Amino acid sequence: MAHPAIEVVGLTKRFEKVTAVDGLTFEVQAGTTVALLGGNGAGKTTTLAMLLGLLEPTAGEIRVLGRDMRHERAHVLPRMNFSSPYVDLPHRLSTRQNLKIYGYLYGIVDIDVRITSLIEDLDLVGFADRPVGSLSAGQRTRVALAKALINEPELLLLDEPTASLDPDTGDWVRSYLEAYQRRLGATILLASHNMGEVERLCRHVLVMRQGRIVDRGAPEDLISRYGRDNLEQVFLDIARQQGLAAE
Amino acid sequence: MTSIRLRQKSPVGLSFGRIGAIVLRHYYLLKGSWTRIVELAYWPTMQMIIWGFTTQFFIGHSSWVARATGVLLAAVLLWDIVFRAQLGITVSFLEEHWSRNLANLFVTPLKPTEFALGLMVMSIIRTAIGVGPAVLLAIPLYHFSIFDLGLPLIPFFTCLMIMGWGIGLAVCGLILRFGAGAESFAWATVFGFAPISGIYYPISTLPGWLQPVAWLTPAAYVFEGMRAVMYEGVFRWDLLAGALIVDGVYIIIGIVLFFVAFRWARRQGKLLQQGE
Repeated sequence: MAHPAIEVVGLTKRFEKVTAVDGLTFEVQAGTTVALLGGNGAGKTTTLAMLLGLLEPTAGEIRVLGRDMRHERAHVLPRMNFSSPYVDLPHRLSTRQNLKIYGYLYGIVDIDVRITSLIEDLDLVGFADRPVGSLSAGQRTRVALAKALINEPELLLLDEPTASLDPDTGDWVRSYLEAYQRRLGATILLASHNMGEVERLCRHVLVMRQGRIVDRGAPEDLISRYGRDNLEQVFLDIARQQGLAAE
Repeated sequence: MTSIRLRQKSPVGLSFGRIGAIVLRHYYLLKGSWTRIVELAYWPTMQMIIWGFTTQFFIGHSSWVARATGVLLAAVLLWDIVFRAQLGITVSFLEEHWSRNLANLFVTPLKPTEFALGLMVMSIIRTAIGVGPAVLLAIPLYHFSIFDLGLPLIPFFTCLMIMGWGIGLAVCGLILRFGAGAESFAWATVFGFAPISGIYYPISTLPGWLQPVAWLTPAAYVFEGMRAVMYEGVFRWDLLAGALIVDGVYIIIGIVLFFVAFRWARRQGKLLQQGE
């Protein structure tokens, strides 16, 4: 029987007196794209960090790709990857050098073939040998995405994948993710503030506020249930606790 | 599902590939930055030049130096091994900290042990780049070759490197625990050990109450051993044993502090939130 790609039960993270994530329980089915929505400080990045093993939960269970993250992280990490605009790659190294290092870290065989393929796929050819620090925001996002795809992950965690990108580059990244997901049947969990992006990419949405999931469902179901025209209006209702969210 | 092949089916054991990746990352950084390479070699070379002239002055004014003309130069070069070994670990770690790359590294299968081993390899490379030019320049400038110490140079080098690694790992732990505010420990900590290491004078010079403290540093045994070789022509195995025992304590303390701080950082989310 196939496992969900992510199973989370009672996930909690407390920092001294602050509860950043408060008893989250959810599943992400394999081969789907799911969004974590929420305002600043809702607990999205903290949740992603716990899923990645970067942050130890205070309580709760996480199973990723059928394995317990607390005890079997080493088995899972080669099959997943992540990208965030808030985590940099070394600026003085070139794209190619960075990809080579991460290729070795993931133990990829035929690493040069893989790097060449990624450089072509993600249209990095013109600047593959320039230092990452000298690239534009859009180019850096594509390089970070190349890093995140170096091991062809079955599970991809993305924190605001199109933050600070112009609409054209943002659209290009979204199209690439759609194609990647379709081609490999990968699972994608993304935290985003871009409601258009979420409506386009995601089959399911988890809405967070103050560390808790306050609603969940397909984007069209949420829009219909809140009696709104789009997901952004639903998000504002939830963030401001008005309309259906106030009831 | 995936079409690429991974080198290791079970990532539970240590991987030379991942250790090599850490070394490669810092090799690329050094290769692309001549200022970093010059900075590595600059201070050891300047120290050697100053102590070379000091030696020349003392040869005519100190019978102690005159009996073993290279004793001060050997001391300064060996002490730089400790300093460069420690900096090799902490500066490589700080490079990850400054570039906000730790989170990217630790979502890969990289284990903290492999990371620490990669930093140790880098420490050897950085020490060679840093101290190597000073060692070689001392030969034409002052007719002094550290290699004249012979085979004892190997245990001296090893003991001093291990001391530098122990201090370096402990300092990395402090930086993980206290953030960028603790960066100055990277440059300052080792100098706290200098007065009691007997670099330029025998441990017997220190006040009686301080001498037992001095024997708690591996360097004290090495520098006494160095003087035994240079003045008496004997290699003191008892001093080597002492250095290795104290080195063992240093490296264990360094590893424990690093891993405790790493665990703390994982609990507090500091791998993701780096900086001040």
